[in-house]
Amino acid sequence: MSEVTLTINGNEVTVPKGSTILNAAKKLDIWIPTLCHMNLHGTEMNNKPASCRVCVVEVAGRRSLMPACATPVADGMEVVTNSNRVLQARKMIVELLISDHPKTCLTCGKSGDCELQDLAIRLDIDSVNITGKSQSTYKLDSTKSLVRDMNKCIMCRRCETMCNDVQKVGALSAVGRGFDAVIQPAFESPLLETRCTHCGQCVAVCPTGALLQKDSTWEVVEALADPDKVVVVQTAPSVRVAIGEPFGMEPGEAATGKMVTALRMIGFDYVYDTDFTADLTIMEEGTELLGRLNRFLGGDQSALPILTSCCPAWVNFLETQYPDLLDVPSTARSPQQMFGAVAKNFFAEKLNIPREKMVVVSIMPCLAKKTEADRPEFAENGNPDVDIVLSTRELARLIKLKDIDLKQLPDSEFDDPLGESTGAAVIFGSTGGVIEAAVRTAYELHTGKPLPKIDFEELRGFEGLRVAEVDVDGIMLKIAIAHGLGNAKTLMDEIRAGNPRGIHAIEVMACKGGCIGGAGQPYHHGDEQILLKRMKSIYDIDKNMPLRKSHENPSVLALYRDYYGEPGSELAHHQLHTRYVAQDKF
Amino acid sequence: MSTKEPVQQLRIALRNCGIVNPRDIDDCIAHDAYLALGKCLTEMTPQEVVQEVLDSGLRGRGGAGFPTGKKWQIAATYDADVKYVVCNADEGDPGAFMDRSILEGDPHSVLEAMAICGYAIGAHEGRIYIRAEYPLAVNRLENAIAQATEYGLLGKDIMGTGFDFNIEITLGAGAFVCGEETALLHSMEGKRGEPSTKPPYPAESGFMGKPSNVNNVETFANIPTIINRGAAWFSSIGTEKSKGTKVFALAGKINNVGLVEVPMGTTLREIIYGIGGGIKGGKKFKAVQTGGPSGGCISEKHLDLPIDYDNLVSIGSMMGSGGMIIMDEDDCMVSIAKYYLKFSEGESCGRCTPCRIGTRRISELLNIITDGRGKMEHIDELKRISRTMQDTALCALGQSAPNPVLSTIDTFWDEYVAHVVDKRCPTGTCRKMTRYQIDPARCTGCSLCSRNCPADAISGVLRSPFSIDQSKCIKCGTCIEKCNFGAISIG
Repeated sequence: MSEVTLTINGNEVTVPKGSTILNAAKKLDIWIPTLCHMNLHGTEMNNKPASCRVCVVEVAGRRSLMPACATPVADGMEVVTNSNRVLQARKMIVELLISDHPKTCLTCGKSGDCELQDLAIRLDIDSVNITGKSQSTYKLDSTKSLVRDMNKCIMCRRCETMCNDVQKVGALSAVGRGFDAVIQPAFESPLLETRCTHCGQCVAVCPTGALLQKDSTWEVVEALADPDKVVVVQTAPSVRVAIGEPFGMEPGEAATGKMVTALRMIGFDYVYDTDFTADLTIMEEGTELLGRLNRFLGGDQSALPILTSCCPAWVNFLETQYPDLLDVPSTARSPQQMFGAVAKNFFAEKLNIPREKMVVVSIMPCLAKKTEADRPEFAENGNPDVDIVLSTRELARLIKLKDIDLKQLPDSEFDDPLGESTGAAVIFGSTGGVIEAAVRTAYELHTGKPLPKIDFEELRGFEGLRVAEVDVDGIMLKIAIAHGLGNAKTLMDEIRAGNPRGIHAIEVMACKGGCIGGAGQPYHHGDEQILLKRMKSIYDIDKNMPLRKSHENPSVLALYRDYYGEPGSELAHHQLHTRYVAQDKF
Repeated sequence: MSTKEPVQQLRIALRNCGIVNPRDIDDCIAHDAYLALGKCLTEMTPQEVVQEVLDSGLRGRGGAGFPTGKKWQIAATYDADVKYVVCNADEGDPGAFMDRSILEGDPHSVLEAMAICGYAIGAHEGRIYIRAEYPLAVNRLENAIAQATEYGLLGKDIMGTGFDFNIEITLGAGAFVCGEETALLHSMEGKRGEPSTKPPYPAESGFMGKPSNVNNVETFANIPTIINRGAAWFSSIGTEKSKGTKVFALAGKINNVGLVEVPMGTTLREIIYGIGGGIKGGKKFKAVQTGGPSGGCISEKHLDLPIDYDNLVSIGSMMGSGGMIIMDEDDCMVSIAKYYLKFSEGESCGRCTPCRIGTRRISELLNIITDGRGKMEHIDELKRISRTMQDTALCALGQSAPNPVLSTIDTFWDEYVAHVVDKRCPTGTCRKMTRYQIDPARCTGCSLCSRNCPADAISGVLRSPFSIDQSKCIKCGTCIEKCNFGAISIG
């Protein structure tokens, strides 16, 4: 590729042709403020509508200022990023934005993590000298997972790009003109009436508080304060590699032991691990996979492919967009819901308390989990299996509320028995992990032989859509892996068209990178390196586990022995499996 | 005024309007329709056609004035399986209707020119993006396309030369911003009608991501004549940098309203006082707004400036599509600016910050000023926001939206000061500031005003002077109309 040489603030820089001024400035370590722009390299997320105009710079020979994020460089171009003209223009733009923004930072859920707030600080906006006072007024729209406060929308269009181009859900788009332009679902309907999967990736990329999680932090405090309740907590695999970030730990730095200590200090009666039920999921799903594989090998073409079903946003996506393919996914419940069922049945019985006395809290990297926990099929007599779902961010907030500095804590271990897990469980946190865990178990159960090599490198990676073949003792299993719902859609269209590539098993995670990139994780603010570090950490944890196959988890085996009998038993079906319902939404 | 001959109209774009029967292709052919296309296809290479348009000096009549030949030349360099010729018929400036007249009166001139363009740049597909509010123009175009296709002048193997060119019509949904070419293309693709950053220019990646050449209706209407009569003839008309003629839509306080087509370089005075027949009712000329909501207000002192693209820009206005609204002494220039900003505010697509919020803030400030609550700081704020918009808005709509404000502040500063400092609207237009007063010396106490006042605001004793209760007065002006003694005035 040919190269282009230009100067920025008098410094010469050479970059590949087609680069933007912003790219070139980064190479020189010159800071240009951005707001709407977001490029998660290695994913389909590249939002550059050049709409906020905060990144304008002076380009010699151009009449007006140019947006650095969208202006390609040219040979001999002379760019100035910090002239007084530029500074004044940027200040006015941010003032205009603030003039149409609620001044409720004190109580805004995004305060401290807000990119508009950061910009106002960095650009030294000490007052807003705009006389006009009118502000946008929109109704608050909330679901169990998300809260949309469009009064705080700055029209950066990130959520729109995410929802339409990356996730291909198509629930959000810009409507209205001029001052009344805003992002809304079709016909300005509430999100609940749309195809929204509650994946929450719009929240993950929103620069302001316009899109937030539905916060449940205080519900947990209330439950903990209630002396009549036994409060049980479970933590999802990917939380442990991200919870350290809000406490100044390196992205990806595992904080499992510290997190357990913190949860105990907070006052949870039992600190358990969703990894335990991830192993349980593999037992159920792996058994189902083997059963369907045998049917398939026996000539029943409809028995495969099988789809993973642990991602709730993915389940919503299937139910809304592929109602004709609801017999494809595994019927196994997600690890969160399996945990809820085990806790409220097996464990409550063991403690000899009614299920109503127990509160199950889960710590999830995910916002769709909040909606999943609310599904009627995951409740008995109106009492849900999982009572409260907190995101990783909410847990961080809770820990800080309790004045605990996570970083300084000693490690401790999860409680028994629902705290024991294998390496196969922790990799649920990364794209490719669930299917790898399933293959590890399916291989050994099917062949009766030990795996020659535990690590299935061919199933790992960050590429959005991967297909790999795994040799299960002579049977070549063709496995497809998608992360990001847009990639899943590509795969599902293929399945709907008759599965021409003959894929046997599919893993889908709605979020980029899998759960490590979940919408409940600490904000990445556009830095995809954070996701990659969390992913690496997940596989490192796996590697260092003494047990790395779900069917070797002694507590899981004990649970079958003492309670469920065997995988796929009637009781297991009743408590650990589910059914899917077509959702007719637009 | 000079003693030279009064300026005459010279009709190139409008040459056949009102002369041919637009529904009858035979009549149009009798008036040279498709002659130029035949010449191009049989006697000229595509490069020669581009060169001819380049040499003619024709510039885009849609507003910005980009050299048409240059646009074609660039579009011709891109190779693709499909290329498009797009006709921008999304005419939306308030008071402008030249494109509509051409499409209604001489649709074949545009179809012919699009085919010529297709031949020149190597495109076989044409699209006309026309606003749905022009049903007659749409109807005439559909009819013309059908007839031309039947005659082998469009479609496959035109005139037996092997050249194919197909034209389809897309209806716009009524957004002014879709006159901006990238917004137009997005709208044609079924997306939200909003502009995007250039580059990439449409010539590289336009409709459906394919190389596209977008020209305005009036621009196309000039092409057949340029081909028939030659670039040298065309470029002999006009000024050094603006060749040919321009159609203007005269409107407002002028005796002869309607379309006029004059050579570039004609002065505003010649148009307004010559062809336009002067100001209505013998009132005094105050300003002329060119370029619609993107243009500026031009005062008396520039009336003798020869009109061309560059001169208009140099005095803070622009050619735009050719709207020309004439204002007289009764027009309040602050209100005029407010009107245009209200228009831009409503037509902003809302994509970029400066336009989405800036147009609203400017409108609010102008409201404050016309309501009599203005301060001098507000005028400074108007200027600051306006300049930021000019400097940073994404497309031409946002960049030029503040022009009416800045040009009126510049040219009619005294009126702003009167509104802000004296709390007075000199023309009495700004109702919140006006006070209707009865001069006791003239009032005969006839009670006519009182009996006609719809707000019951006037009271008094017969045969003594009446008075107006300002708190009730709605400033409708009925009393002034009714008074036979000239006793009521606006202060």
